[in-house]
Amino acid sequence: MSKQKAPSERQNSYVTADGRTIGPAVMEMKNITLRFGGVIAIQGISFDIHEGEIRAIIGPNGAGKSSMLNVINGFYHPQEGKIIYKGEVRRPLKPFEIAHQGIARTFQNIALFKGMTTLDNIMTGRLTHMNTGMLSQALWWGKAQREETENRAFAERIIDFLEIQSIRKVPVGRLPYGLQKRVELGRALAAEPSLLLLDEPMAGMNVEEKEDMSRFILDVNEEFGTTIALIEHDMSVVMDLADRVVVMDYGKKIGDGTPDEVRKNQAVIDAYLGVSHD
Amino acid sequence: MLYREVGEFKTSYQSDQQTFPITSDRLVVLSLIFIAFFVIPFFITEYMASAIVLPFLIFGIAALGLNILTGYCGQVSLGSGGFMAVGAYSCYKIMTSFPDLNIFFCVILSGLVTGVVGLAFGLPSLRIKGFYLAVSTLAAQFFLVWAFTKFPWFFNFSASGQITANERLMFDIPVSGANVAAPVAYLICLIFFVSLAFIARNLTRGSLGRKWMAIRDMDIAAEIIGVNPLTAKLSAFCISSIYIGISGALLFCLYFGAVEAGDAFGIDKSFLILFMIIIGGLGSIFGSIAGAAFLVAMPVILKNIMVDFLAWPVDLASHFEFLIIGALIVFILIVEPHGFAMLWRIIKEKLRLWPFPH
Ligand SMILES: Nc1ncnc2c1ncn2[C@@H]1O[C@H](COP(=O)(O)OP(=O)(O)OP(=O)(O)O)[C@@H](O)[C@H]1O
Ligand SMILES: [Mg+2]
Repeated sequence: MSKQKAPSERQNSYVTADGRTIGPAVMEMKNITLRFGGVIAIQGISFDIHEGEIRAIIGPNGAGKSSMLNVINGFYHPQEGKIIYKGEVRRPLKPFEIAHQGIARTFQNIALFKGMTTLDNIMTGRLTHMNTGMLSQALWWGKAQREETENRAFAERIIDFLEIQSIRKVPVGRLPYGLQKRVELGRALAAEPSLLLLDEPMAGMNVEEKEDMSRFILDVNEEFGTTIALIEHDMSVVMDLADRVVVMDYGKKIGDGTPDEVRKNQAVIDAYLGVSHD
Repeated sequence: MLYREVGEFKTSYQSDQQTFPITSDRLVVLSLIFIAFFVIPFFITEYMASAIVLPFLIFGIAALGLNILTGYCGQVSLGSGGFMAVGAYSCYKIMTSFPDLNIFFCVILSGLVTGVVGLAFGLPSLRIKGFYLAVSTLAAQFFLVWAFTKFPWFFNFSASGQITANERLMFDIPVSGANVAAPVAYLICLIFFVSLAFIARNLTRGSLGRKWMAIRDMDIAAEIIGVNPLTAKLSAFCISSIYIGISGALLFCLYFGAVEAGDAFGIDKSFLILFMIIIGGLGSIFGSIAGAAFLVAMPVILKNIMVDFLAWPVDLASHFEFLIIGALIVFILIVEPHGFAMLWRIIKEKLRLWPFPH
């Protein structure tokens, strides 16, 4: 009896249940192993992220999910394994170089620039698109001014999109938690990333804020076609948002597939749903 | 006239990005600059220039420079005195090697030399942070002053160990050395001060400034967003040192005329400049200027009150001066840890709404 191939094993494009066409793999992780001294945070994991999809990574606390995002954006360098980005094997790069390749992220613990305003945070997210020389900036002449105005217009589009017009000029340190999370999403979006990594974008939010955030994530994916990989503990959110899900436990991959497939996977039920999680 | 932004609606991002987005602010600043250039030179006396105005302009430049490094980029430096010495000694070497070079070029070149030196001393910042970095800049301070007193090449083997600014003329007017007329010294310093303040403002409002602030607020997130920490930190060190070098060069050739590194550029200068930006406001151009004005004017005012008005003996007054200024700094920091810049912002926010606070 031949089992139908799960989408995760397909090499190329597929069409989702809601009719969106998902492109070929933009990021492929092959046999990644990451160790911290004796601790094995990631153990021989392979998975891929296709263009245009929302890919979730789930698993109990300490499973190695955040470490996986840190590997993707170059903050950690795995001891073993290959990373293939846009069809090419990626050599070990510094995080800022990877940012310039079009990978942006948000953090599990908000990592905004507290002393800067919402607008400045978002403009900072845009810096991979700004390259005026120092001299032009010093005199605020020609290109410096033009570039600032163009990018300001883009930042304003993101501000409108996220509905944060009223806090544009407020230092982010003064904002409530939920809004800070939103500004952090804005800062990542400002980079116009080809791959957006979200580490628990809804952690610590109330139901209403979670709904807003879910809507923004879906809109980003649909309107801009942005590929998204996200970590989330709330299973109902994951089931709603994700096209495909990777399940991790103790650094190993124990499941990979559509939300429905994952939900029926016995290993996942045992490891994840059996374990209490927040 | 009321201080208002009501009725001022920004119709383009350009106008919203202006340095002084409110029209009345812009007018005030422009008229101040006009008065500084076209009125004060006719009235300035030797005493005013040497007691307040020149030190304010010169240390204001240094404070702008240190604020770029410490206030905007978050790298604490206690080496400002040493970098001022680099500016002064390079100015001396340049002036003696090129007797015909225009004074403006001499000063700018001295700044550039200091920028390169600052770059070298900024390298440790790529590895160490905070307190440890402060200590390494302290080492730079002592090393630089030591080098300038130890190696006679720096002071052209002069017997006194001092460097002396020789007189040079521009349009037949002395523009360096001991005989510069007050209005001339004032105008030269003013030109540097205004242009450097303008440049500092521009650098800090654009993408470079945001890179610096990102490094200051959270260096790991900054790097993940695409800031190269190497270029961001080193550019801050370099530009900051250019400012401080120019300030040292001006202090040497337009204020003192003759200096010795140990006396003129000791650790007390490093602290003075640091205090200026702390009570003025870290990460604020206005704060750098206000802090410099305060710390330059305060001792003079206190001395005038104590010696001339209360007729205290000079030595007693000078002790009290330290006490009072120390106490004032502590007081200001308790009232508003973010310095004058924040106080000013709060006052402006109140003013904007006055007399209808709701
Ligand atoms: N820098 C580090 N040094 C040492 N150990 C680390 C480091 N980062 C992560 N680990 C370890 O790796 C394992 C995986 O951590 P990780 O943060 O990736 O888990 P997670 O799945 O994101 O958990 P959570 O749901 O709590 O966020 C943990 O055991 C953690 O202690
Ligand atoms: Mg995590």
